Amino acid sequence: MTGFAYIRGVTTIELDPLLCNGCMMCIKVCPHPVFEALKRAVAIREPDLCIECGACALNCPEDALKVNPGVGCAAAILKGWVMRSKPDCSC
Amino acid sequence: MRQMSFSKNRRREKAVNTSDVPAVSTHLGLIDRLGRWRVRWGIGRNRYRVPPGLYRVGTPDPSSPVLVTANYKLSFDALRSELQGVDAWVLVLDTMGVNVWCAAGKGTFGTDELVRQVETTGLAEVVSHRKLVAPQLGAPGVAAHEVRRICGFKVVYGPVRARDIPAFLESGMRATDDMRRVTFSLGDRVEVVGVELAWVVKWVVPIVAVMVLLAGGESILDRTRTGMLTSSPILAGVLAGVVLVPIFLPWIPGRALSLKGAILGAIVVGAVLALTPGVHSVAASIQVFLLGTAVASFLAMQFTGATTFTSPSGVEWEMRRALPLQIGAAVIAGGIAVVRIFGG
Repeated sequence: MTGFAYIRGVTTIELDPLLCNGCMMCIKVCPHPVFEALKRAVAIREPDLCIECGACALNCPEDALKVNPGVGCAAAILKGWVMRSKPDCSC
Repeated sequence: MRQMSFSKNRRREKAVNTSDVPAVSTHLGLIDRLGRWRVRWGIGRNRYRVPPGLYRVGTPDPSSPVLVTANYKLSFDALRSELQGVDAWVLVLDTMGVNVWCAAGKGTFGTDELVRQVETTGLAEVVSHRKLVAPQLGAPGVAAHEVRRICGFKVVYGPVRARDIPAFLESGMRATDDMRRVTFSLGDRVEVVGVELAWVVKWVVPIVAVMVLLAGGESILDRTRTGMLTSSPILAGVLAGVVLVPIFLPWIPGRALSLKGAILGAIVVGAVLALTPGVHSVAASIQVFLLGTAVASFLAMQFTGATTFTSPSGVEWEMRRALPLQIGAAVIAGGIAVVRIFGG
């Protein structure tokens, strides 16, 4: 385990191993060591390190990855609750 | 011979006149450094932009790499200042003055804008290759395979940090694992503390000023002392939540930022109470303790937005648990204050 550990067991990232073509694009775009390269596919090694930025899912040409993307920012989520809209960061 | 030169001229006419592409220096001048200092204080941050489009660094030719960035001037400066000795084209996307990572999250640093800039700048006429080096943190907004399908350019994700770009280019566009990882070093965290403090000062100073104005006392010194004491839970909360939590982040127990904030808030406010013996009654001590801890916890929770490792699911998880406790503690503290003022 490297990097900072955040809340366990809550991230929404999912991989359908049957769809993965092993292009490794997800490993290239992920800013944390979430994925592990297998021989001809990837596996999710550390889902708790996922920050749900959505880069892997967007760059997966086979739609093998699913994640509910967003920003991990309390102010943005609070604003979303108050305005009854999607979380929006003003940064 | 005539025929040849004719066709050459025609080609040149069709091609983009690359001498029109503005050149930028890799050196940051005084104005750039002052500008950086200014926006770090939150002054005019939303207007600190460069015009989108194509730029050149050094003396690029059609085979030189194309580096993509955002039109937040701080991002643009961070990139160009690392390109000493590099000949490259720089393609600046219109992210409305927002940095790469945040703009990618919003989608303004995205597939559509990237394709649009490739087309409006006539990039296909400027370079002979079909490769774009996009910053890795732009990936939440850019679908590489879509960019290729639409405009024929292959997106290669470069390193997270601009300073690794020369090494990345030299190694034939291969990023090491370290270049791909987002870190959050003590230096990074201290820099964020400065930015957060600049923002927090804007509302803490008026609160303290009001407390001093409302305070009773014989002399100005007396009133200032009383006012500062009244606002001590807020000042302690700011110190713990905005300064100490980011700095001591990896060493504070707990995973939730709100918990880390509550722990340090309790320690700081406990120290304040211990250092001012006899000043507060038992009820007032409880009031100060609850409010200080709640403020520290709330402000530390806000720090989630500045970190590099929090997920929205995680932030929501801790907010649903911490926010009722923070509000509850503040309400009880307020209740005690009301009873002390009007009931005593």
